[in-house]
This record gives sequence, structure tokens and C-alpha cells, in this order.
Amino acid sequence: MEFKTFVFYLLSSILVLAALRVVTARNPVHAVLYLVLAFFNASGIWLLLSAEFLAITLVMVYVGAVMVLFLFVVMMLDIDFARLREGFWRYLPVGAFVGVLLALEMGLVLAGGFGGKAMPPAGATVSAADAGLFKCASNTCELGRVLYTDYAYAFELAAFVLLIAMVAAVSLTLRRRRTDKYIAPEVQVAARHEDRMTLVKMSVEKEAPSVVETAETGAEKTGGQ
Amino acid sequence: MDAILQPFADFFGPTWPVVWSLVKIVVLLAPLMVCVAYLTLAERKIIGFMQLRVGPNRVGPFGLLQPIADALKLLFKEVIIPSGASKGLFILGPILAIAPSLTAWAVVPFDDRAAVADVNAGLLFLLAITSIEVYGVIIAGWASNSKYAFLGAMRAAAQMVSYEVALGLALICVLMISRSLNLTDIVTSQQPVRLAGFGVGFLSWNWLPLLPLFVVYLISGIAETNRAPFDVVEGEAEIVAGHMVEFSGMAFALFFLAEYANMILVSTMTSLLFLGGWLSPVGFLPDGFHWLALKTAFILFVFLWARATFPRFRYDQIMRLGWKVFIPITLAWVVVVTVWMMSPLSIWK
Repeated sequence: MEFKTFVFYLLSSILVLAALRVVTARNPVHAVLYLVLAFFNASGIWLLLSAEFLAITLVMVYVGAVMVLFLFVVMMLDIDFARLREGFWRYLPVGAFVGVLLALEMGLVLAGGFGGKAMPPAGATVSAADAGLFKCASNTCELGRVLYTDYAYAFELAAFVLLIAMVAAVSLTLRRRRTDKYIAPEVQVAARHEDRMTLVKMSVEKEAPSVVETAETGAEKTGGQ
Repeated sequence: MDAILQPFADFFGPTWPVVWSLVKIVVLLAPLMVCVAYLTLAERKIIGFMQLRVGPNRVGPFGLLQPIADALKLLFKEVIIPSGASKGLFILGPILAIAPSLTAWAVVPFDDRAAVADVNAGLLFLLAITSIEVYGVIIAGWASNSKYAFLGAMRAAAQMVSYEVALGLALICVLMISRSLNLTDIVTSQQPVRLAGFGVGFLSWNWLPLLPLFVVYLISGIAETNRAPFDVVEGEAEIVAGHMVEFSGMAFALFFLAEYANMILVSTMTSLLFLGGWLSPVGFLPDGFHWLALKTAFILFVFLWARATFPRFRYDQIMRLGWKVFIPITLAWVVVVTVWMMSPLSIWK
């Protein structure tokens, strides 16, 4: 067995096991961590296909940001495990049906696309006109070239849809509490010490008035005598 | 070099690539761990001098053996696992904290083409690896089953994810002007072209055209490593020591090592991306690794200096700085650099 094949089987078996544990883990935090493991192994498989940009972006976006926020939310939830598992048998037929359907569809795609045929060689989609302009050695460059030339409009459109979704999500969840104790930072930053504090000049020692008086009267007396 | 290595390659046969990689990793990590150890001493000494104290001076001459004494002490301490903790994850936390901070060094070049793995997408790899550093903190905080630890984990998650955005956007400009994701290429692209004859190499480094991003990157780097003044994750005064509160002995030491290894990593990255890496600042001196070491040491000094100078930020101020100041600045500078590159005034052609 070739070393690459061995790595592929190792990564995919861990991936499948981790994915299985995502749905079977009793604790949702463990489930999220298994999902992280699954992402890592998927990224490893993409690296084997020398799709390094996709592989590293998967880790960066999903593991580094999305799953952190997942974990953030899941850890804060107060989850009743008994109630969570209650409906398992009731929902099983629907879940199984969807699962089988998905597996069938994937099988159809794989059988139709690559059945008996070799994968198209990398860079086969480069049109003759562009081939002279860019000679890409890496997957990153290749992806960028395709995204910003052949699929520029679709790419911009997708970016725009994402932007709208982001703004919508923010505006849906943004509500101000009535008991808000918001402090305007710019006011705080702009505050100068003259506004809040006055410096008073005074001598270090303050003479006690009563003592001074008696001393003075005493002096007068002595002076008088 | 190849001639010297040939007998070893013959001896190990097909396992030679693995052995050779392991040798390279040891050669990289052993000095790194020494640097980490002595960075802790340097920190205590420098902050000591800044605060008119002497710092550690009892173990060895000038306290030079202090880090070794500390390491020995921590090694011999018991690792206590709280009874309510999630045991597997409690152990996994510190491991996940230190693993990424050491893994990231795989793609860092120390001289021309001198990296353990000189890969094409080196910068992307670094971004990805540094983005998973937060897991160690979160897992440790959750697995400890303690409120203080959990609060620390929540703070870490929010802070590190926020500052990663600014960090990533700053890097986008760097890779735009150097047209490469390979770290060696990014450094060599900073070599003087226009001012080649004048011997002022330091003016052609990225810090000058990308000055706002250099500042943003440095400050975000401090925030990303959870160092003062952004160390609300530990916040001794509020949440004792955050995610580390339940850890003892070597488990605690791993968090400590990870923090200092990350500091060195961020400093090295700043030197590579903005300060020309191993390139010499003036024409009459040769390039070399010592320049990278000097620049990294300077940035590390800035880290310690900042810690001794500024009081800790309040949590909402940290979030405001990240989201409302740094991200708009970096976004605007991406546009500025794009227009600049496409205009006739471009200096990167």
C-alpha cells in the first residue's frame, strides 16, 4: 500500500468515527469537540488532494471561528439530557429517511461523475485565452484566478448575499435592554482630569488655630509684662 | 551538506525522511524552549528594572539559573485534578494550548529558505494554527468545572476571535503587496528595489507603507497572546487566574510555556512580515539570522515594556478597540493599498 493511501484511510476512518461520535456523544460539548476533530481530518483529506487553500481555510474558518462560537453557546446552555433524548425513537424514521436519501444522492453523483473514469487533470478548466496570462503553481492562485475571472459575477453576488445575511442577523438580534448601563467610551476617553478634579494648593502643615491663639495671648502677656 | 548526510540516509533507508524531519524539529524546538525559559527571566528582570527593583538574583550568577529552578519546581509538583472536572478534557486543555504554539514554528523561515517546511501557503497555515490556540483555553476553562475558570474561557473565546479578524485583515494587505503566501517570498519581496543604491534597506520594509497595519498587528498580537494590558482572560483581580485557576504543576506550566512561545511567535511574525526578517537595515552590513533575532528581541521588549507601562483594559474597552477601531482601520487600509497598487504611483511593480 502506498503511503498516501494509508494516510487517506487513516484520516477517513478517524473522520467517520468522529462524525459518528458527534451524534452519539452524551454531552453536547463533547459532540462539538468531535465535530472539530472531524473538520481537522476532512482538512487533512483535502491536503492529500493538494487543495491546500480549501484545507487551511476549513480549519481557519470552521475550527478557528465558527466552532469556537458553537462551543461558546453550547457551554452556556443548560441542557436537560433526558428531555433531549426523549424523542429519539419518534424522530428516527424521518431522520433515517433523510439519511438514506442523502446517501443515495451522493452515490448517484459519484457513480455518474467519476464512474470508471479518471479525475480530470488539475487545471483542465483553464480556457485557452487565460492560459497565457496566468501560470499558477499553487491551488490558492488557481482558485483565485477562477473566482475572479470565470465566476466573478457569481462570486460577487455570493459575497453580497452573505453581507446582507450578516446585516440581517445583526439587526435581528440587536436589542437594547431598558436597564442598559451603556457608557459612551468616547466621552470617557475625551475626559480630562481638569473636568473631574480640582487641585488645591495648600501648605503642608496647617497651624492649629486654638494653639496659635493661646500662644499669641501668651506672647502678649509676656510682651505686656 | 548532502554528502555528509548520505551515510545516515543509507543507514535509515526508507524511514530517513521521518528521522530527518524529527531531527529538524528537535533542532528547532530545543533552542525555542530555552528562549521561552529565558524570556520569563528577561520579563522579570526588565520589569524589575522598570519598577526600580532588582528582579530574581538569588539562583546562579545574576539569577541566570532561575528559569531552571522554576521548571524543576513545577516538574516535581503534583498535578491535581479536581473531583468535579471532566478528566480527559482537563488533561487535553494544556496540551491543546501548547501544541499549536509549537506547530506554528514549522513554517517560520529563519534565513533564506531555512524553514522546517518551506510551504506555499505558509501564511495561511500560520493563521489557521494560531486560530486554534483558543481551544486550549476554552477546554481548560470548561473542563475545570469552576466558575472563575469558565468566565476566563468565555472572555478568551470572545477576545481571541475578535482580534483574529483585525490580524487577518492586516495580513491580507501584506500578502497583497508581496503577491505570495510563502513567508520566504514575503521577506525577499521587502528587499530594496527603488532605493537599491542608497543602502537604506529599512526604508523598503513593509512597516513604512503599511504603518497603520504594523501598529494594528502589533497591538492585536498582544491581545491575541492575552498579554497585559489585554490580559482580562487571567484577570488576577477579578477572576483569580481565569482558565488556569484549577491547574497545578506541569499542567499549569504548559499554559505558561504556550503563552511565552506565542509571544516569541508573534514577535517573529512581526519581524518577518513588517520589519524585513533577516534583511539587513543598512547596505554595508550583510543579511543574516542575527537581524531576525535582534528584531524579534526588540518586539519582545516592546511586549514587556507595554506590560510594565499600561494598566489592564476594561473588558468592554477591549471589545470596542477590536471591533470599532482596528477592523475599520484595517478595512480602510485594504482599500487604500488596493487603489495604491493599481495607480501609477505604485511602489510594488
